[in-house]
Parts: sequence; C-alpha cells; structure tokens
Amino acid sequence: MTATDLLVVRGLVAGYGAAPVLRAIDLTVPAGTIAAVVGANGAGKTTLLRALSGMIRPAAGQVLLAGEDLRGTPVEQLVRRGMAHVPEGRGVISELTVDENLRLGGLWRRDRADAGRALDEVYQLFEPLARRRRHLGHQLSGGERQMLALGRALVGRPRLLLLDEPSLGLAPRVVARTMALLRQLRDRTGLTVLLVEQNVRSALAVADQGVVMSLGRVVIAAPAVQLRDDVDLRHAYLGF
Amino acid sequence: MDRFVFLTVDGLSRGAVYAAFALALVLIWRAARVVNFAQGAMAVAAAYVAFTVSTATGSYWLGFVVAIVAGLLLGALVDRVVMRHVDHASPLNPVIVALGLVLLIQAVLGMVYGNEFRPAEAPLRRSALTVGGFAVLSPYDLFVFATIGVVVSGLAWLFARTPVGLRMRAAAFAPEVSRLLGVNVGGMLTLGWALASGVGALAAMLVLPTELGLHPHAMDLVFVSAFTAAVVGGLDSPPGAVVGGLVVGLLLSYVSGYAGSDLTPLAVLVLLLAVLLVRPGGLFAPVVARRV
Repeated sequence: MTATDLLVVRGLVAGYGAAPVLRAIDLTVPAGTIAAVVGANGAGKTTLLRALSGMIRPAAGQVLLAGEDLRGTPVEQLVRRGMAHVPEGRGVISELTVDENLRLGGLWRRDRADAGRALDEVYQLFEPLARRRRHLGHQLSGGERQMLALGRALVGRPRLLLLDEPSLGLAPRVVARTMALLRQLRDRTGLTVLLVEQNVRSALAVADQGVVMSLGRVVIAAPAVQLRDDVDLRHAYLGF
Repeated sequence: MDRFVFLTVDGLSRGAVYAAFALALVLIWRAARVVNFAQGAMAVAAAYVAFTVSTATGSYWLGFVVAIVAGLLLGALVDRVVMRHVDHASPLNPVIVALGLVLLIQAVLGMVYGNEFRPAEAPLRRSALTVGGFAVLSPYDLFVFATIGVVVSGLAWLFARTPVGLRMRAAAFAPEVSRLLGVNVGGMLTLGWALASGVGALAAMLVLPTELGLHPHAMDLVFVSAFTAAVVGGLDSPPGAVVGGLVVGLLLSYVSGYAGSDLTPLAVLVLLLAVLLVRPGGLFAPVVARRV
C-alpha cells in the first residue's frame, strides 16, 4: 500500500490510576483504510480509543495524527484536527432531538455552508433519521441510535473515525449494514477507520488490517485477510 | 372583588420576580448540578454595585445596567475561582461552599456599606393606575412584567434556537460526549453561571424597591421564596420555575392579604414541605425515560 500513515501510535502507555491498562502499544493505520482492533474482554481496546482521543491522558508514548503530535491537545480540540470518536454505548444524547444531536456534530466548524451540506448528506445516507428529526434520542431504536451516532460523527467530516463496538446489541442484519457502510465510506470519501470489536468475524470481514490485543499489548497486527484465512494464526490469536 | 384583583396583580408582580430568581437557580442546577444557595447574596452584591454607580452618576438606569453586568461577571468569577475547584463527588460539598460564600459576601458588604437599610428607589411610580374604577397596575408593575417577560423569552430563545444554547444543553446533559464533539464544556459551565447570576441580579434590582431597601441580607427571604418556586416547578424545568414563581407569588399575596403578613414565611415553608412530600420531583418533572 502506498498510502501515507494517518495514525501512528508509538509506545503508548495509559490506564486508570496506578496500574496501566495499555503497556507500550504500537500501531499504524494508513490513510483510507479500516483497521479492526480485536481481542478478549479486558484487553484494553476501549482504553486504547479513550487514550487516542484524550479522554484519558497517556502516561507515556506518542500519538501522531497526520504527522502532528496530539500530546496535550484538549479533547474538544481533537475534532478540529479531524478525529471523531463514537464512544462505547454510542453517546447519543437522549434529551436532545435527532436533529440537535446531528447539528451538534458540526457546530465547531467555521465553514457553516459545508456543515449544512454535511448534515444534508447524513440525512440522505440515513433515511430513517430524516423521518425522525424531531424525535428525542431516547425514542430511537438501537439501530437508529447507531445511525445517529455515526451520522453525528460524519457531520464533522472527520479524517479518522474511532468506533467503539458498533455491533454491540444490534441484530446481525444491522451489523452487516453498518460494516458495509464503513467500507463504502472508505472507498468513496477516503475515510480512515479504527474499529474496536468483540465481533471478530464481521470486523475482519470489513477491515484491511487486523490488530489483535491481549492484556494491554498488541500481539499481532496483520492484513485482515491473513488473520481471517490463515487457520494457524486464527487458532493462535483468536481462538476459533 | 376589588381587593382580590389587587392581591392577584400584586402577587403576579412579585411572582414574576420569584420566577426570574427561580429560573436562575434552575439554570445553575441544570448546568452544574449545584443548588446555588449563594445566589441571593451574589444578587445583593450586584445591587450594591448599582447603588454605588447610581449614587455617583445620579442615573438609575446606568446603575441598572451595571448591576446586570456585575451579576454576569460575579457569576463567572464564582464558577472559575470557587466552584470549579470544589470536589463534586458529594453533592453536599458545593452546598457547603455556597453557604460559605453567603457568609463571605454578606460580611464584605457589611464592612464596605454598613449593616443598615439604604433606600432602593423605584425608577417609576409605584402607585396603581385605575382602570374602569379598579386600582390595578402601577407603571412599576408593568415595567417588572415587561422586563421579566423579555428575559424569560430571551433565555428560552437562547436555549432552544441558538447554537450556543444547544452547546450549553449538550454540555449539561452529556459533558464527556460533548467534549468529543468539540464543545468547550468548561466554558459553557461558566457561561451558565454568568447568565444565572445576571438574571439573579436583575431580579434583585426589580424586587428591592418593593421591599425595605438595600441591605446585605435583603434577598434572604426572596431566596427562600424563589427556591420554593424552583422546587414547586421541578429543579430541572425552566418553564416549571416560571410557573412555580407565579404560584408562590400569588400564594404569598393572598396569604398576606387575607390572613396577615406574619404568616407568609410560614406559608412558603408549608408549600415547600407539601411539594416535597407529595411530588418531590416538582410539578413539571419530566417523565424519566432513559433506555439503557
């Protein structure tokens, strides 16, 4: 692949309190690709995303986004650098309407006209949201919340999308649609995605790169095809 | 009948002030989950600044504007210098700190201005106009209604229709997610404190001419009534605060008119107790429908 690396992580150490959850993570995600981080519960996948978006401060290591060091950047500035983080549980604000949730995703942008265009595009992409503009967040189904969370991130036209467990609690059909959409966004807009998943099969089906984490370390990073099809690798790292 | 109309109008006029003051409490409660017990003292401090300016310049209106500006600044200051550094893990912590602020502000005001009443003048006539044989509204009542109407609808517009209002609501409901979406949550909190304190200062300017005058403790009873109003409406509901304020204003007016003014503090407490016993979330508490 000739694409440049959008996200480079070197020796990242982070955690809560004294005990680090992440022990020296190295990771590279080329621009315009999808990387899937998989691994057992407690491997540190969610903590990795939280450390990348600054929700917890790394104890050591470096995070480069398009060559820029993100150290010390406040959380609310990261979206301005092109990073969108859809957190665990999706973070739909249930007291706000669908429309307010979506507009919130583009409020930081100076280019008001393009923020408006991005909003229209999201409504075209997610038809059901357009029909429920005035509904409150808590009135939506799980699938609709998923669309809302994704759509809200897309209104900010991110370069890098961090997704935490998008398949959680959703029907297989909805999961398949979400994964297909990620691939479509990658191909059409060059979006780069770092995806954390328990659902290894569907994650590796859509990803370019598979990253297996265990106990706070990256144990292997390989092309997703290889992790998917090489029986020995699968047995050794994924257990199926 | 004549008396009933008079008491109703008078109650609504006072109620409008309670509504504004209760709204200020609700603003801070929604943004920071703090009942700002220092709001009365902060509002009086702003009123003293206005008094100083009005005395020096001879212009009531300049003092009026200065009071609101002083209120805004004082609110921002209290958030940045004091409340921001209080550990909110226990809800009691900010309450104790707010009570400490009350003592501090009232002591400083007493040292600077003295602990006696100073006359607070109304800018307009307070004697009622007669309409069709009824003595109804005074020009000052009209001024109070108009000012609070403008402030309440202005705030409603700000929160419902403007980007900054959307940011403030988002920051209050979901601070962490809001930061991920680029909202400066700390800034929104400070703005919330400033707005609330500005509204509180305005309410103090409106109510003081109808009371005994300016005194470090002048807003203590108004605070109790406004707090009751906020609880009646539900601390989370801005429309509830407005309705609650009007209800408390009417109640106090009828009680003092028909049963004697000695009973009004008692009536406020009885109402507060009744609401807390029967409907602790307030009359306007939203139906909790959060899906997990």
